[in-house]
Amino acid sequence: MAQDHAALPTKATDITPVPVRSGIDLTINGESFRHTGDPDMPLLWYLRDVLQLNGTKYGGEHGKGGADLVLVDGKATSAIGIPMSKLGGKHIVTVEGLADTKGNLHPLQQAFIDEDAIGCGYCTPGWLMASMDLLNRIKNPSDNDIDTLPNLCRCGCQTRVRQAIKRAVAAMKQGAKA
Amino acid sequence: MSGTVRLSRRRFLQVMAGTAGALIVGIGAADASTPPVPSDMLGDALSELGAYVRVDADGSVLIGARDPETGTGVATSLTRIIADEMDADWQRVRVIPLGLGVADDNGKPRWLYGQQVGGTGNSIPRAWRDLRSAGALARRLLLQAAAQQLGVAAERLRTEKGTVIAPDGRRLSYGSLAAAAAKITPTPQPIVLKAPDHYSLIGQSAGDVDAREIVTGQTPYALDQHFGDMVVAVLSHCPWPDGELTGLDSSAALAIKGVMKVVELKPDPKLPPGETVIAPAVAVIAKTTWAALQGRRALKLAWKPGASGTESSAALEQQATGLLNSDAAPTTRVRDDGDIDKAKRKAARRVEAVYYQPWLAHATAEPMNCLVRLDKTSATLYVPTQSPRQAWTVVQRLTGLAPDQIDIRVPRVGGGYGRRLDHDYVAEAVLLAKEVDKPLQLFWPRDEDLSHDFYRSGCVHKLNAIVDAKRNIIAWNQRMASASALTGRGVSSDHLWTSEVGANQLPAGLVPNYRSDWFSVASSLPRGPHRGMPDVANAFVVGSFLDEIAHGLKEDPLLTHLRLIGEPRLIPLQGGGAIDTARLANVLKLVTDRISWKDWLHSVNGLGIACWYMDGAYVAHAIEVSMQGEKLTIDRVVCAVDVGRVINPMGLEGQVAGATLDALSTALNLAITVKDGKVQQSNWKDYPLASMAQLPRSVEVITVPGEGDPAGASFLAMPTAAPALANAVFRVSAVRVRRLPLMKELLRLL
Repeated sequence: MAQDHAALPTKATDITPVPVRSGIDLTINGESFRHTGDPDMPLLWYLRDVLQLNGTKYGGEHGKGGADLVLVDGKATSAIGIPMSKLGGKHIVTVEGLADTKGNLHPLQQAFIDEDAIGCGYCTPGWLMASMDLLNRIKNPSDNDIDTLPNLCRCGCQTRVRQAIKRAVAAMKQGAKA
Repeated sequence: MSGTVRLSRRRFLQVMAGTAGALIVGIGAADASTPPVPSDMLGDALSELGAYVRVDADGSVLIGARDPETGTGVATSLTRIIADEMDADWQRVRVIPLGLGVADDNGKPRWLYGQQVGGTGNSIPRAWRDLRSAGALARRLLLQAAAQQLGVAAERLRTEKGTVIAPDGRRLSYGSLAAAAAKITPTPQPIVLKAPDHYSLIGQSAGDVDAREIVTGQTPYALDQHFGDMVVAVLSHCPWPDGELTGLDSSAALAIKGVMKVVELKPDPKLPPGETVIAPAVAVIAKTTWAALQGRRALKLAWKPGASGTESSAALEQQATGLLNSDAAPTTRVRDDGDIDKAKRKAARRVEAVYYQPWLAHATAEPMNCLVRLDKTSATLYVPTQSPRQAWTVVQRLTGLAPDQIDIRVPRVGGGYGRRLDHDYVAEAVLLAKEVDKPLQLFWPRDEDLSHDFYRSGCVHKLNAIVDAKRNIIAWNQRMASASALTGRGVSSDHLWTSEVGANQLPAGLVPNYRSDWFSVASSLPRGPHRGMPDVANAFVVGSFLDEIAHGLKEDPLLTHLRLIGEPRLIPLQGGGAIDTARLANVLKLVTDRISWKDWLHSVNGLGIACWYMDGAYVAHAIEVSMQGEKLTIDRVVCAVDVGRVINPMGLEGQVAGATLDALSTALNLAITVKDGKVQQSNWKDYPLASMAQLPRSVEVITVPGEGDPAGASFLAMPTAAPALANAVFRVSAVRVRRLPLMKELLRLL
């Protein structure tokens, strides 16, 4: 009967070193991943096609519109505009990673629900990521700061997003005091 | 056990026992001869019977949302209508989107859930007519079951939040009654609906039922769906819908890793637009989206224009103005009240203006896509559609499958605005899936989406009004030229106007001598339904022109409006119904009070108003703007709506604010232009939806409490936003914008 497994090497010299499989190591929502495919592939398709993390949306080829925003080392970045080759060692957060591991929503997510800052909902993840980036930079953003959000929304959720950001700021202040 | 209660000749309620002691109530739509389907045919949660309500033994309630959710809130509001009528505990209600309900009726489709159309402003009015009864019957059966168990007459029991309560305080949960209720054969006594003072959910605010899933990225849109072993197709369309492919070199595309096949597609000229491929196309089928996109980029394509190769925006506009300025008879005289010529004798003042509005795209957030799995006996599709029935028609024609072998699933849709009433992309997906023996997802990149649309036609309006010595508008002559959205869609030539202009639109009925003419513009550009059509384009013109008349009279435009609207009365509409002038005046009064209209004359900012009537609902906007140099700021927006009974105030407010911003964004910035027959816009830079900074920081929404049957509201706030804006801009800048998009024209004229 044929052996299914090769016999264990008996001498050190019998071991043929297997080359380390090279790839791009990155962290997404706290988990480690290694991408071994095309380094030119934009992050968006890695998230959607490979990992099936579908919260990050396709908005357009140029990333304008903001539906595909993710946080790369805390900074809002267009996922279609950045190839995997630039992401080695980076920490990426997508909309799926905003809530904590127990499923408790981030105050910003809760504020979007409370203010009904949702139209069709397709661009909402992008608004959340842009707003996270804003709050990472500015704890108490003014209306002018909020005006700098790059996102587009055909359903017209902008005024409700503005309210949601303000509500989140208030909730986070409360949370910090408690 | 199962039974039926007839609602009308063609509709009946169906009661069934589900698995594990559940009660299911659905609405069937069928001929009287159709026997009730036995309960053992029922599958799990939702059957083929159109089961809208399922009460489970654990007390949870599952409600099916029949109309596609495109962001108009129907998944929330429709289910709350049912839940209220049955006194369900909203905290225990789960909502699931229903796919297309279709049965095989001797080879013909029988539609199980009715129309199933979303985003056309009609879901709530339709639901109000039939969905309440499903909830009421469920409640009646639960009460009857409780009466048996408690030994108390059903009339003496009451219900509250998923519980039946006896006069002595004993309580039975719906869950504990579901199995017994499902065994009751409903008696044919008429369904009694709740009195409005007993509503517990209707009239109360609720957030979107999908909100938590949306903010956590868990809501699957069609583009997020997968089948195992699925392949992805992207395509390049010919720039001209009537053009043809003259050269194709796919070698470089096929050399890309993962690319499997390159396929040519052609429209079927015998089919109406929206049921076939929108333009000749070459598709790249690949194992991944990334490979398909690279393959598309590597295609070497040569296209030849058809007759449309000579079209341009300028030529289309010339054609329109030529028609309006000629003595030619209109394509259709839409309305002709009184005698315009006689009115001329009483003229103290004549006003004339010409307005130009551009072609528009739909620009849905989620681009066109479709996932399809085909085999010899079935087709399963995830379709982002506003009309699953129409999608079914396209699939059936291309596959020849039996009606119930086609399973159309409709997850939440990333925006519709009328684009998804057409199903060219479904035809493409099915044709491509036939080329490979695998499930296939078709995906349109943004440039395809913007440059191959069923556009809203541009239009030119020429208006003449006559004002008498008492400042009354005694004659209104409105001439409009546009390319009908209905051309080629099986509509007779004398009805092509109906997509372009309304026979009842204001100020018809308010001006004694009123004429509305429509002239047909010829164009090869694909056209189709568009959000708020035809009201949006016409309200801009009417609202602007009224302001021009007021300016000519040197009076407050609010006075001009109120004089036109006149005494409280009902103005009969052609085709039935009436406009209540008191409700129209009221929304105008509400917005002007809120925005401090009395400052109108002296304000350094510009104030503008407009009002409109649409399908049983009333709307007015008051807008305040300021300008610093060339920078226009929209400082304040107030919108009042009267839709009759409000189902979900927060949902309504969101729709009104959203539609206002969409209308402002469109009026400020957007235009599709054509040169040599080619659409020139292909990305968000060319078709710039307004940014956060360009839009107002809030929209103040005033809702008139009403008791009449609810009207649709998803685009109610669209028509008046643009004219109120243009009128405000006129006050602050003295520039009358008669051509959209507004910003471009304003900067040209400043």
